[in-house]
Amino acid sequence: MPKVKSLDELRKLRDQVKDDISTRIETGTTIIVGMGTCGIAAGARETMHAIMQELESRQINAHVRTVGCIGMCSREPLVDIEQAGKPRVTYGNVYPDMVPRLIEEHLKNGHVVDEWVVGRKTTDDIGL
Amino acid sequence: MSEPIYRADVLVCAGTSCESSGARSVLAALTEELAKTGLDQEVRIIETGCRGFCSMGPVMIIYPEGVFYCQVKADDVPEIVEETLLKGRIVQRLVFTETESQMTVPYYEDIPFYQKQQRVTLHNCGVIDPTNIDEYIARGGYEALGKALGEMSPQQVIDEVKTSGLRGRGGAGFLTGLKWEFTAKAAGNPKYVVCNADEGDPGAFMDRSLIEGDPHTLLEGMAICGYAVGASDGYVYCRAEYPLAIKHLKIAIEQAEAYGLLGDNVFGTDFSFHVHIKEGAGAFVCGEETALLASIEGRRGEPRPRPPFPAVSGLWAKPTNLNNVKSYANVPQIILRGAEWFSKIGAERSPGTAIFALTGKVLHTGLIEVPMGITLREIIYDIGGGVEGGKKFKAVQTGGPLGGCLPEEQLDLKVDFDSLRQAGAVMGSGGMIVVDEDTCMVEFSKYFLTFATAESCGKCVPCRMGGRRMLELLTKITEGKGTLEDIDEIESIAAGMAAGSLCSLGQLTPGPILSTLRYFRDEFVAHVTEGRCPAKQCTALVQYYVNPETCKGCGICARNCPVNVIEGGRRQIHIINQDGCIKCGTCLEVCPFDSILKVSGETVEVPTELIPIGTWAK
Repeated sequence: MPKVKSLDELRKLRDQVKDDISTRIETGTTIIVGMGTCGIAAGARETMHAIMQELESRQINAHVRTVGCIGMCSREPLVDIEQAGKPRVTYGNVYPDMVPRLIEEHLKNGHVVDEWVVGRKTTDDIGL
Repeated sequence: MSEPIYRADVLVCAGTSCESSGARSVLAALTEELAKTGLDQEVRIIETGCRGFCSMGPVMIIYPEGVFYCQVKADDVPEIVEETLLKGRIVQRLVFTETESQMTVPYYEDIPFYQKQQRVTLHNCGVIDPTNIDEYIARGGYEALGKALGEMSPQQVIDEVKTSGLRGRGGAGFLTGLKWEFTAKAAGNPKYVVCNADEGDPGAFMDRSLIEGDPHTLLEGMAICGYAVGASDGYVYCRAEYPLAIKHLKIAIEQAEAYGLLGDNVFGTDFSFHVHIKEGAGAFVCGEETALLASIEGRRGEPRPRPPFPAVSGLWAKPTNLNNVKSYANVPQIILRGAEWFSKIGAERSPGTAIFALTGKVLHTGLIEVPMGITLREIIYDIGGGVEGGKKFKAVQTGGPLGGCLPEEQLDLKVDFDSLRQAGAVMGSGGMIVVDEDTCMVEFSKYFLTFATAESCGKCVPCRMGGRRMLELLTKITEGKGTLEDIDEIESIAAGMAAGSLCSLGQLTPGPILSTLRYFRDEFVAHVTEGRCPAKQCTALVQYYVNPETCKGCGICARNCPVNVIEGGRRQIHIINQDGCIKCGTCLEVCPFDSILKVSGETVEVPTELIPIGTWAK
């Protein structure tokens, strides 16, 4: 193991290892995948794995969460993207091949991919 | 998939408390279940230190959601994996339920037990894997040491700690920075840094939990102290009964040395700091600083008169700085975030937080960290959830066996070093034991005295003889043979011990009795003048009777009496023969009709011969 020789080196090391605890600290971005039986049957797990791969390869810090069925089973796999201070956007029928564009447009460029959207919620709507 | 990418962390508390309530089997089940469901590539298991909520253990927190599950059993694991980890749903039956409102609280941050707490010293405890230095570094670990070595002179470090107002968390509350300055200025070489982790109070586990859950914080604090006072060797004196703490500490030292954050040339500078662990054999007196140092040197653990203080002549007669675990653990954050930040937390003359091991008859026992200046009532009712079983609060003992106990009138007392001392209790190292109305205060103080007397090293007469003599007098009182003069004599011996004992063990041994006499004198008087134990706990002073008005003559009490002193046939009013009764209370427990009376200091009229039920008239 290389020795840490200065405070700067320690800070570099910190940047390298901070992913280890990233799920335990606030990132401001959460991607929520519907993982009810309907979602799983529609391939939500594959979608989720694609999302995780994409986040990893692009070095984007976001939490990936699973939730139960919200009722719109025909549009599964459903993926919600929630960013601090912005309305929560729900995308429907998200398959692994759509994930790179979704991450690129929504998280990187900040544009909602309108044609895939099934709904938007502000925090007021969900009673928070 | 090559390198697993984790989307969730399951933090399972593997501190000593949760381990003893079954955390190991939960961890094993979880590992198996994750592998079975193929989730092991996306969900990671982290064994953490204590979360403090020991009464609800084993506890588990699932991130990123922050879902908090209590009293998890291995059998619950498949459901947790299927519901929460796979489908993102909460398993309601494992969620914490608030006693009063019956409301379920699924998220860690909303649980009332944590709401009034402020985690400064314990900020990593239960959040990181204590056996992985990377997680400590990811939370800003060792930056304070780097800052001290690179940007501050030893004197600046001392000044920063002094300005922060940090007071020794071992109990006495001496200014930590001032102590460091004494050692730094003392003549002699080499100098040593010693950590007192010989936590011996019954029911106290603050230091243990801190070392188990976040060992690097202690090591970093000690290294900063080493730099400030000019020492290159540090000793942690930890009792051998803490195997997990010692194991984690050893791993931590190894990992920190591998990174060059401890050992030779820390951070590539000239400063070297080696930490050694000395396992204590569990003598309470070795928590006293001079006895502790003697024990490290391989001598018998006995205190010696001070001065000279360890800062001048300590380990191997060299200048030595000795602090408690929690004192060192506060230092990294003071260096990193500044003295001003620290001094604004807590009370004015006792800045920072206090860590208590809350135990006894309180609903939620556990390890808590609160800002100084919080009231006892907030600790016991808001955090601890009040007295168990709806019983009435009677007293709270702070500071362990050498502390003092405080009654209900003192519940609004602000907790800090000075106000506790004024009220006759002490901060101590942080034990807090709550007792309810069923506790006899004479018996309670006798319990602590028995402990302190057994742990007296016997070197000085006031402690060796005084403790024993007081114990005899207290025993006499609990047996109903005491007199009012005995109470006076206890007070006179106590004064002698406090003034004449060599170390604080002897000086503080009378503490619990004196504070109990101050607040519960009427209970002592009731024992000696009326032969009555108000809490009905002193065996010699209680009697059991069968209530002749409600006895149904079923005979269950007679059949269960271990000494066969209950007479009576079918449908006859039973009679307990008082001469042979050993007062075990079995009849009271087994009677299906609540017809056994337990009394103290009063007589109950009962038939003198066996008569049929329903025929009793006084």
